[in-house]
Amino acid sequence: MQKKISEIKEQLQNRLNQVNTLNELNDLRVEFLGKKGLITELSSMMKDIPFEEKKTFGSLLNAIKDETNDLINHKKETLEMDELQKKLETESIDVTLPGTKLTVGGIHPLIRVIDEIEEVFVSMGYDVVEGPEIETDLYNFEKLNLPKGHPARDAQDSFYITDEMLLRSQTSPVQARTMDANIEKGPIRVICPGKVYRRDDDDATHSHQFTQIEGLVVDKDISLADLKGTLEILAKKLFGEEREIRFRPSFFPFTEPSIEVDVSCFKCGGVGCPICKETGWIEILGSGMVHPNVLKGCGYDPEKYTGFAFGIGPDRVAMLKYGIQDVRSFYTNDLRFLEDFNRVEGGE
Amino acid sequence: MRLSKKFISDYIDISNIDIKELAEKMVFVGNEYEEIRPFCEATNLVVGEVLECINHPESDHLHICQVNLGDEIVQIVCGAPNVRKGLKVIVSKVGATLPGGIVIKNVKLAGVESNGMICSLAELGLESKFLKEEDRNGIHELPLDAQIGMDALEYLQFDDTIIDFELTSNRADLLSMIGLAYEVGAIYDLPVTLPEITLKEEGDSIETSYQLNVETDACSIYLGKLVKNVVIQESPQFIKSRLMACNIRPINNVVDISNYVMLEYGQPLHFFDADRLGNHIVVRDAKNQEELVTLDGQTRILKSSDIVIANEKESVALAGVMGGLSTEVENDTKNIFIEAAIFDPIHIRYTSKAILRSEASSRYEKGIDPNRTKQALLRACELLEKYASGTVMHGTLCHDNAAKENKLISITLNKINQVLGMQLESQEVESILRRLGFTYLLENDTYQVTVPTRRLDVNIKEDLIEEIGRIYGYHHVLGKLPIVPMKQGTYALKEKKIKEIRHRLESLGLYQVFTYSLVGEKESRQFVNQDKEFVSLLAPLSEDKKIMRQSIIPSLLTVMEYNLARNYKDIQIFETGSIYYKEDTYKEEQMVAGLLCGNYAGNIWQNQNLKVDFYLVKGIIENLLHYLGFHGRYQIIADENYKDMHPKMTASILVDNTKIGYFGKVHPRTSKRDVYVFEMRLDCLLSKKVRGIKYKEVSKYPSVHKDLAFIMPKSMESEKVMAILKKVGGKLLTNLDVFDVYEGENVGIDEKSIAYALTFQNDTRTLSDEEVTEIFNKMISEVESKLGIQLRSK
Repeated sequence: MQKKISEIKEQLQNRLNQVNTLNELNDLRVEFLGKKGLITELSSMMKDIPFEEKKTFGSLLNAIKDETNDLINHKKETLEMDELQKKLETESIDVTLPGTKLTVGGIHPLIRVIDEIEEVFVSMGYDVVEGPEIETDLYNFEKLNLPKGHPARDAQDSFYITDEMLLRSQTSPVQARTMDANIEKGPIRVICPGKVYRRDDDDATHSHQFTQIEGLVVDKDISLADLKGTLEILAKKLFGEEREIRFRPSFFPFTEPSIEVDVSCFKCGGVGCPICKETGWIEILGSGMVHPNVLKGCGYDPEKYTGFAFGIGPDRVAMLKYGIQDVRSFYTNDLRFLEDFNRVEGGE
Repeated sequence: MRLSKKFISDYIDISNIDIKELAEKMVFVGNEYEEIRPFCEATNLVVGEVLECINHPESDHLHICQVNLGDEIVQIVCGAPNVRKGLKVIVSKVGATLPGGIVIKNVKLAGVESNGMICSLAELGLESKFLKEEDRNGIHELPLDAQIGMDALEYLQFDDTIIDFELTSNRADLLSMIGLAYEVGAIYDLPVTLPEITLKEEGDSIETSYQLNVETDACSIYLGKLVKNVVIQESPQFIKSRLMACNIRPINNVVDISNYVMLEYGQPLHFFDADRLGNHIVVRDAKNQEELVTLDGQTRILKSSDIVIANEKESVALAGVMGGLSTEVENDTKNIFIEAAIFDPIHIRYTSKAILRSEASSRYEKGIDPNRTKQALLRACELLEKYASGTVMHGTLCHDNAAKENKLISITLNKINQVLGMQLESQEVESILRRLGFTYLLENDTYQVTVPTRRLDVNIKEDLIEEIGRIYGYHHVLGKLPIVPMKQGTYALKEKKIKEIRHRLESLGLYQVFTYSLVGEKESRQFVNQDKEFVSLLAPLSEDKKIMRQSIIPSLLTVMEYNLARNYKDIQIFETGSIYYKEDTYKEEQMVAGLLCGNYAGNIWQNQNLKVDFYLVKGIIENLLHYLGFHGRYQIIADENYKDMHPKMTASILVDNTKIGYFGKVHPRTSKRDVYVFEMRLDCLLSKKVRGIKYKEVSKYPSVHKDLAFIMPKSMESEKVMAILKKVGGKLLTNLDVFDVYEGENVGIDEKSIAYALTFQNDTRTLSDEEVTEIFNKMISEVESKLGIQLRSK
């Protein structure tokens, strides 16, 4: 009997080696373990086995059954794996072909800059307010200490609609509007972004339409030091943590003292390069302490309140920040240009 | 305004100051400059004398000259037509550099050695407007008394340095050398010396022979003096050089003196030919349409806001702007009437804006120190006496009602420090006031400061604070943040929503663009569906930018064309911005508009392109409206009435039954491409209230799915069927979708079949088959009976 079992074992091993497909393996399983299989037939011999050998024979029989099952299953796994491998081989692709163009848009670089500036100030408790683009001469000029015939009006040649109405040449009228609208004549902290218009022919550095953000703080004991500290935060946010700012005296009719603000060159760090015209500094905005005539004109007592105001040009900031040479690029909207801004800022 | 180092040195000693440093310091007290440069960039020039001049044997225009340079005699080949023996000339020696990077070397010209170059003024870099006829064509001829061997730049007084300032419009006082000297003096703590004027006056007083009538309020000072028997000739070299350094063309000694004194004092003067002027002078407003021929020969038509100087017959000068031709100083002029006057800045400003901006008018516009008018007048007399051999007549013709008192401003140290955010000590403040030439008295912590009239810009406390701050230096300000009560910063609600719209459209694949509000006539009419008055400019710069737009879409089409022309074909863009019109007042309305064309998404090589069409744009609109919280509150309704839109492929967008915008295909007349656009009124949309987000638990019970299709006329809108399905389905119908639209051989020629997928679900229990079947059958019968159409399949 034992001999018979080892014969079957040997036979199984030989047959298994010849099996190449799952079908053949199935045939083999039937041949050995099927109803009329070789091993099944062995168990039918059980009844002829003397009682005292039945136990030994039984365990031998079970062992060969298990062994056969294991061998067949193992072979099955191997065959299946081979088959899958073959299938995968046929599924190879060219990973270097272009990916599908997903449709995502982008925010205009000017708006990105405006959003960034707004965020800085909103985080410091400023409100974002807006005013009309079609403005009165009163708010655009007169309330800002620029009476008719004032020579400083020259710097802002404007588009008039009637004798008294014009397209605002600056966002500063929103200052006066905000102060006027404050019924209690209490503290103010606002920034006012928006479009402005000047009677300039469009070229690489001039645009008849551009953007501005006005900032205004009115409170008790506001000083130039407060202005400087505030603008330092802005400069660092826009141009990097290492930036410093520098105050230079200037003249704007609606501020006194008036201050021109330079930022240390973000390209060369201040040693001098073509961007900063070898000076190490780049002019970024105009500012100053709100002129008492402006405060008075809007119902504020300049003896009680002081304030600072500043006006920054997102067009200029974006040009500096991103190295844009021509201001018209913002308004032509070449999509290849816009695509360049469709990613996170980086660079920090 | 140009600062000439030589000129200003007459009033302040800056010999020990580096001019570059001075320029930098000026910047930090508020006076920016455009450039700093030598008046003449040539080097190594000497005065030479042509000892011998023979024609070059090999050339028809060259001359071989032996030139005495003092310490040597050199041979120079010169091609100028006017070179000749005995001439005193400017020689650039070997090794000299001339403007434009020219270096003088030993050379052979047509075989003859040449060791230097005899120069013209043009070769020294003098601007051509300063060149006389003879200097344009040849070498410069120096006066015969020029000292041989002397540095030629020094001799010509060209050894000057210029700083070209870009001054702020408030600093009228700096439009003069004396004013600049005071400013430099304040920086360096140096004294300013004014010219000492000495005059010999003769004859009868002008007051006895002249009559002056000032008939306008716009002239606060009018002074006149008479200088007789002037000899008109060239100015002395120093006057010519200084004028040129300050960018004024020398003419003759008399005219130059008027300009010279203006540059010195900032007070414009006008010289009349006294014999042609007559002795009755009237200062008055011009008559409307009055004609005046100005110095430049042009006939000017005046307005009543212009001020003129007139004699008995006619106007003879446009006050403060330009003289008249009829009384111009000419080469044969003998007697001069000098006018020193102050005219109202605003009048001058309007006149010069309309007619011409001159050196005089640009000073008058900004204001003149009333205490300097007389000095300037006398200075001019002195110079005419000295350099034009004139005889100054006694007396001054005078109209003067100008306030000339110095200004008193009181201020405390505390206020100064409070505004500047600094901690200045009283000594520092006092030192600055002294340097500025402001006197003060200190009474109980309060400074009573006297500000001289030359500082027209310093009138109030804050002006004084600025003076102290800028001289002390703003770099001393240490930044800090305002100490104010904390509060939350906010966006206006609308602004915030608009930001959200931008970001949603961005994530829906649209690029934000930014275009001009001003458009041309044709564009302004396109896509405008309201009958509102346009807002137009009074004086546009160009035809394509003259009207404020009433729709953003034309601008988007321009952007599309721009990009298509650059082969960028898949365009998805949007803009948020205002449109403008006039009703009883000027209106600005916030809009969002978009444009799509080409492929929206895809992969060309896989041939999987999603082309932009009506339904894609509808998807974007619906997505945006959902995002903004208007789910279930909007309707899309076919509308044929939109201008420049395809009548059959355009729909209105309604929210809460109000039209808030439209979208669809652009009319083929307007664009030949398949272009889709949308425009919505944000003011209207964003004023609507939107409920907050409230989570509703997802049903735990199974849903039942059923399909059905109807055959209907092509003209029937699917919405009709869907409305009935929704109504019958009620709450149990949780989703309804179209999954197939069929037109073709299996339905009639005017028919289509639309297949719907329905989902039924109950939040609280499992639905029974019978229940669903009952509703489903009711749906079919309702659709069939109400719409008269047939079920195709279920």
